[in-house]
Amino acid sequence: FPMVWDACSDALITFDKENLQDEMAYIVENNIIVAALTKQLENLSDQVRVQYKSKVVKYTWPKSHQVADAIPWVQVTLANGQILQTKLLIGADGPNSMVRREAGIPTVTWNYDQSAVVAVLHLSEPTENNVAWQRFLPTGPIAMLPLSDTESSLVWSTSHRHAEELLQLDEESFVDSINTAFWSNENHSELVETAGSLFRTALSVLMPSAGSARQLPPSVAGIGPKSRIMFPLGMGHASEYIRHRVALIGDAAHRVHPLAGQGANLGFGDVACLTQLLSQAAFNGKDLGAMQHLLEYETERQRHNLPMMAAIDLMKRLYSTNAAPMVVLRTFGLQATNTLPAMKAQIMAFASK
Amino acid sequence: MYSKKFERFILGVCTRCLTSAVNGTTTSARTAVSWTSVRKHHKQFLERRSQNGFAVVRIRHASKTTVDPNEVKRFRLLATKWWNEQGDFAALHSMNDLRVPFIRDNLLNAHGGRQPGKPLAGLRILDVGCGGGLLTEPLGRLGADVLGIDPVADSIGTAEVHAWHDPDLRGNVRYRAITLEELSEKGGKGAGQFDAVVASEVVEHLADLETFTLCCNQVLKPGGSLFITTINKTQLSYALAIVAAEEVLRIVPSGTHDWDKFVSPVDLERLLESNGFHVESIRGMLYNPLSRAWSWTETTSINYALHAVKLEEEPNPDEDDPEDPTVIVAQAKARRWYN
Repeated sequence: FPMVWDACSDALITFDKENLQDEMAYIVENNIIVAALTKQLENLSDQVRVQYKSKVVKYTWPKSHQVADAIPWVQVTLANGQILQTKLLIGADGPNSMVRREAGIPTVTWNYDQSAVVAVLHLSEPTENNVAWQRFLPTGPIAMLPLSDTESSLVWSTSHRHAEELLQLDEESFVDSINTAFWSNENHSELVETAGSLFRTALSVLMPSAGSARQLPPSVAGIGPKSRIMFPLGMGHASEYIRHRVALIGDAAHRVHPLAGQGANLGFGDVACLTQLLSQAAFNGKDLGAMQHLLEYETERQRHNLPMMAAIDLMKRLYSTNAAPMVVLRTFGLQATNTLPAMKAQIMAFASK
Repeated sequence: MYSKKFERFILGVCTRCLTSAVNGTTTSARTAVSWTSVRKHHKQFLERRSQNGFAVVRIRHASKTTVDPNEVKRFRLLATKWWNEQGDFAALHSMNDLRVPFIRDNLLNAHGGRQPGKPLAGLRILDVGCGGGLLTEPLGRLGADVLGIDPVADSIGTAEVHAWHDPDLRGNVRYRAITLEELSEKGGKGAGQFDAVVASEVVEHLADLETFTLCCNQVLKPGGSLFITTINKTQLSYALAIVAAEEVLRIVPSGTHDWDKFVSPVDLERLLESNGFHVESIRGMLYNPLSRAWSWTETTSINYALHAVKLEEEPNPDEDDPEDPTVIVAQAKARRWYN
C-alpha cells in the first residue's frame, strides 16, 4: 500500500485497508508485462501478425465519405516500401505520436522542466516489501515502488540539471543521495513543524482512532547494473482521441507526470474500453472504423482521464515549492485527508479502477 | 464530448434550414459532378468483375406490381448519399443498432450459433429494398450469405461499389437490381431459397402489400423468418414522421414518406397471418433526434419492428398442387383451427 509524505513537514498519508486480504494494487515490472504479452501474441499468431523492426514513413487518410476513385481505408506506408490498408488505425506510438501529428489532431502540451531518473534498487535487507513510498521534495517527488522482497524500483522526478548529475554519480554516491532524499529533515522549517504538530494534535482530539502508525522506508544498498536512465517529463493531452478510422490510445492520447503512478494505467483503461466497444460493434456487424463507437470511446475515456490528469498536474504544482504558506496548506490537507477514512476509500477506489 | 455532439447537431440543423432554400439548383449540380465519377468507376468495376469470371449484373426495368414509379424516381436522386453517415440517411445508419441485433438474435434463437465470430454463418438472407446496402453489409459481416435487391439500379450500383472495397464482404454479399416479384416468379429458382427475408423501411413505399406478402412467402424456406420495420399509421406518426422529421428537423429528406401508405401493426399482422405467416413479435422503436439514436419502446405508435415466421408446409397426398399458395394457406388455417 502507498505511503506518501512531505519533505517540508511531518505530514504523511497512508492508504491501507483494515483487512489487508485484498490488495489495492499490483506493481509489475515492464519486462514481465512485455514478455507476457509477447507470449500471448504467439498464441494468436493466426489472427495477429507482429512486424518487428518496421517503421512507418507515411499515412494516407481516407476522405470522410465515399469518393469514387479513392480507397476508403487508411493507408500505411512502411520504410521498406510495403503498403498496408486498414479499416481502423490505432495510434499507440507514445507521447510524440506520429499518428496524432499526421492526423493533425491539436494537442495541449507543456513541459515540466523536470526529468525522471529511474533505476532498480537493491535493498539493504530483505523485507516484506509491499509498501510504495513517495516523498515530495521541493525539487520533485522521489518514489520507491516494490518489485520483490529485495528489490524496488526508483522514480525520481527532479530538475534536468540534477537528473544529469545523478546519472553521472558513481553507484555509492547515487545510493547515498537516494537514502538522504528519503530520510533527511533539512527542509523542515520551525514554523511549519509547529503548525503541523498543533494540527495533528487537534485532529487526534476530533478523530482519535483515525490515522495510522508511521512506518519507515527501507534503505538502499545498491542499484541494478546499467538500470539508471532518465527521460524528460511533460503533460500532454490530445483534444480528440479519434478521427474517422483512427483511434489514439495510451501516451499518444495523454501524457502525465509519474508522481501518481497512473500513466500506464490510463493506457490500460483505454485498451479495455476500446476492446469492449469494438467487440460490441463487431457483434453488430459494424465497420470497425465507423465514427459512432469511436466517439463513444473518446467520450468515455476523456471523462475518466481528464479529472485524473488535472489532479496529477495540480499535485505536481502544489508540491513544487518550499514557500511556507503552500507548505502549511498542503500539510494540513495531507493530514486531514489521512484522518478521513471515507475520502481515502474514495481515492483508493478511483486509483484501483 | 457531449458539447461537440450537440454543436454538430445544431450546426446540422441550421445548415440544413439555410441550404433548403438554395437546394434546388446546387444539389443537382453537386450530384451530377460526383455521379459521373461514380458511374465511371462502376463501369470499370463491372468490367473488372466480368473479367474475373463473375456474372455481370443485368439491369432490368422495374415491374409495376408492388413498386411505385414515383418512389423509384425519388430514391434515384438520393442514390449517392447513402453512405454519408451524417447525411440524409443518418437515421437509417443508426437504426442498425436496433435492427441488426433484432435480426441476429431472432435468427440465432431459431438456428443456433454456428461459428464463433460469425453468428449468421450458413444462413441465406434476402434484403428487399436494400438501397445502398446499409443493412445488407452488417448482415454480411456477421457471416450470412446475403442478396440485396432494389428496383433502383443506381442504388444497387452504389451498394456494389461500397461493398467491393471490403474483403470481408466480397464473398457473401451480392446485389441485383430486380424487384421481389421478378425474383419470386423465376420458376423454381426463386422459390423457397432463403432462411430469412428482411424488408426494412420498405413496406411504407409499396403500391401493393398483398402481392408483396405472397412473394415473401414464395421465396422463404418453410419456417423461414420475415423481418419488417416500418412506420405506423397514426396521428402521432403523422406529426412526428412527416411533419417533424421531414419538414421541421429534416431528419429525412422531404417527401420521402407518404402517410397514406403507412400500415398499422394490426393490419400488417392480419395480412401476414392470412398469407401463411405466424407473427412472432412486434416491438416499438423510437428515434431521438438529439442523440441521433434509436431505442426500443413500449409503444408501436410511430415506428415498429415485426418478426414473422413462414408456417411449415405438409406434403399433400391429394390431387391438389402442393406448390399452390392457396392450398398452403388453407392448410395453415386448418391446422391452426385444429390446434
